Amino acid sequence: MAAEEIDVAYVAQLATIRLTDEESRLFQRQIPVILAYMEKLRRLDVSGIEPTSHGHPVYNVLRDDVPTPGLDAERALANAPARMRNTFKVPRIVES
Amino acid sequence: MDIGSLTVRAAIDGLRKRQFSSVELTRAVLDAIMARDGVIGAYLWVDEADALKQAAAADAARAGGSDGLLLGVPLAIKDILNVEGQPCTCASKILAGYRAPYDATVIARLREAGAVFAGRTNLDEFAMGSTTENSAIQLTRNPAAPDRVPGGSSGGSAAAVAGGMALAALGTDTGGSIRQPASNCGCVGLKPSYGRVSRYGLVAFASSLDQIGPMTRTVEDASLLLGVMGGRDPRDATTLDRAVPDYAAALGGDLTGLRLGLPKEYFVTGLDPEVARLVQDAVEACRRCGAEIVEVSLPHTEYAVATYYILASAEASTNLARFDGVRYGRRSAVPADTPLDMYLNTRAEGFGREVKRRIILGTYVLSSGYYDAYYTHAQRVRTLIRRDFDEAFKRCDALLTPVSPDPAYLIGATAEDPLKAYLIDIFTVTANLAGICGIAVPCGTTRAGLPVGLQVLAPAFEEGTLLRIGHAYEQAREARP
Repeated sequence: MAAEEIDVAYVAQLATIRLTDEESRLFQRQIPVILAYMEKLRRLDVSGIEPTSHGHPVYNVLRDDVPTPGLDAERALANAPARMRNTFKVPRIVES
Repeated sequence: MDIGSLTVRAAIDGLRKRQFSSVELTRAVLDAIMARDGVIGAYLWVDEADALKQAAAADAARAGGSDGLLLGVPLAIKDILNVEGQPCTCASKILAGYRAPYDATVIARLREAGAVFAGRTNLDEFAMGSTTENSAIQLTRNPAAPDRVPGGSSGGSAAAVAGGMALAALGTDTGGSIRQPASNCGCVGLKPSYGRVSRYGLVAFASSLDQIGPMTRTVEDASLLLGVMGGRDPRDATTLDRAVPDYAAALGGDLTGLRLGLPKEYFVTGLDPEVARLVQDAVEACRRCGAEIVEVSLPHTEYAVATYYILASAEASTNLARFDGVRYGRRSAVPADTPLDMYLNTRAEGFGREVKRRIILGTYVLSSGYYDAYYTHAQRVRTLIRRDFDEAFKRCDALLTPVSPDPAYLIGATAEDPLKAYLIDIFTVTANLAGICGIAVPCGTTRAGLPVGLQVLAPAFEEGTLLRIGHAYEQAREARP
């Protein structure tokens, strides 16, 4: 897939980021250059090679099923940009 | 008290012998910050009263018979690690006003050992960068050359230590962000093996690569801090249950019996000639210390930067999805009718340009139709890079390399060219991809007075070997005029 095909405005939407016109133009110019550099990986035949997702894969690390204290409501809410009673306040999600 | 050259070891000894109190020591650090940081800009936040209160508590504890290893020793912390009650901005506008509600595990362990948390140091926003110029808050200058960057992303921590404003600091290293600024500023920087140190309480950038480590004046100091911070943490499932040796006690002696490899792919055209000369001199010093030097090959080195930026950006794009203005940090003041509008406004205002660029890149490589072509492909190349190290470490105990192709850049030199900035990490990203450990140790300065570091890389969980080599080299370097 040719890297020049990236549609920055569309990807920004997927990423929940609103770009200014200037940022869109800048990234539309820069990101294809970066992706073109990434293309060098295509030269490597990786068929049959297992992907590595972590330095040292560890799976299913479970603790005992015992309740432990977490952040209490006051500390969890202490950084809330907006709060109402014991909740995070956000714009209305459900239509009236 | 000259804290400009005081080591953690000397501070521990001085405090134990009651030559000075923690309040006096912390006061000296605060005075140094007051005197020098106006020019350097290493710190984002210092609360004198809070630091002195912690120091007084340490003195009281000592008077009461406590004797934690770091009791009363002030440390600087990269502003991406949570210290309860202190700000944690990640040098981003999106976390303006945030105060950490809990301690990161490394902080809890250092606190248990008695450390004082004196201030928060600058970084590239969310640790994304190699110069610290991507901080949304301020510029940090290199103490060795104030027209130059300190390196990044832990540039504030490196500048604080090298600039005589901290005895030691914590940094984080995702693709070289401890080792590279340490090299640029002239201090020691240790990236532990993946799984050696808990990442709980570190604001995640790329979870499969991030590690927390010490930035210090000496290798011994790095050993002391790693000994306190390392080890399994039930809160981070990727930490491994392996004993933490007494690294500091194991230092000393020469390098007889060790084979050190020079990867030929790291000594190539493009490497600054002065950096090449200083690193070669360091290699010779290691040989004189008794090490056998062998040439090795890491054939996939040229693919490391591309692999790294695909994987790191992909992980960043998912990790940074949590910054949406709902639970913490800043929310856009622009009135929003829907949650989506609120997210869009908040993220548009809150994130800086480099962070947005990487989120876009990461979202693209993870998106339907491109996932296998970029992300999975890069993960497979990562396996090849790991195998390179496995093969190399069959022939030697550790590797010696440059940290960075060039000494510190002039401020602004990489600002318009992100790809150029990404290539700065060419010698450091491989250690993160492979999960091995690495250290940067100062190996001299260029004719222009710019510090250069020697990188030592060792297999995963062989920090003891790494520190032993770094320490022996450091002693040999000190002994020569």
